[in-house]
Amino acid sequence: MPETMKARPGANMRLIEALQYRLPIAGVVSILHRGSGMLMFFLLPFVIWLFDKSVTSEISYDTFASAFVAGIGPVPGVLIKLVVLALIWAYLFHAIAGLRHLWMDATHSVSKSQGRSSAIVTVAISTVLTVLLGAKLFGLY
Amino acid sequence: MATNYGSKRLVVGAHYGFRDWLSQRVTAGLMALFTIVLLVQVLLPGPMGYEKWAGIFAAQWMKVLTFVVIVSLAWHAWVGMRDVWMDYIQPVGVKLVAQVATIAWLVGCCGWAVQVLWRL
Repeated sequence: MPETMKARPGANMRLIEALQYRLPIAGVVSILHRGSGMLMFFLLPFVIWLFDKSVTSEISYDTFASAFVAGIGPVPGVLIKLVVLALIWAYLFHAIAGLRHLWMDATHSVSKSQGRSSAIVTVAISTVLTVLLGAKLFGLY
Repeated sequence: MATNYGSKRLVVGAHYGFRDWLSQRVTAGLMALFTIVLLVQVLLPGPMGYEKWAGIFAAQWMKVLTFVVIVSLAWHAWVGMRDVWMDYIQPVGVKLVAQVATIAWLVGCCGWAVQVLWRL
């Protein structure tokens, strides 16, 4: 009998129970890797809209640039900036967490302590880069 | 090793794991390469504006690379999202609807992105 046909021991865990688990940092990186990927998947049309406006013509480029200031229709510019900031974070985090997997695959670095230290590095680098690009986005330098 | 053919064939789950594992890594590598290539061109001297930005994507080789990345992204996202649906949705009907919607979403996004790219 295939594994999937067998009855599971006990009941399935409910989401609220899963949320009460204290995850190690490698677990946090794992779920955020998934979450950041889903965020980018759902915002894909917005990314293509930005690409469309930015490359199509001088006029559409102005629409693209003003989206960050005047906003798009009823949506204020600051909200557009926040969504783009979320995308910047998602892209950086997802890419670095992905590189972590490639590194694990290539060097067989799969021990508990390596998982923990590489997770810390992933969070650190992605946070620093997000802050740097976010500061640029909000015109702090 | 358990029999996995004929009447005992396992017909559920991602039992073609290696292909997906490899394709997700290869497409990720292509997207990483694209990111670096784009970043280098953005950081080249010259004021940033429409001329420079659109000029980057106007080069034929960059169009080809961008096209490869658009297809890679859709493929990569398909593997990832299908994993998500398989993990969290148990009713087969709902799972099928989510998977079909994902394919439609990604193919639609691909079409739009390619249209933008090739009218440059």
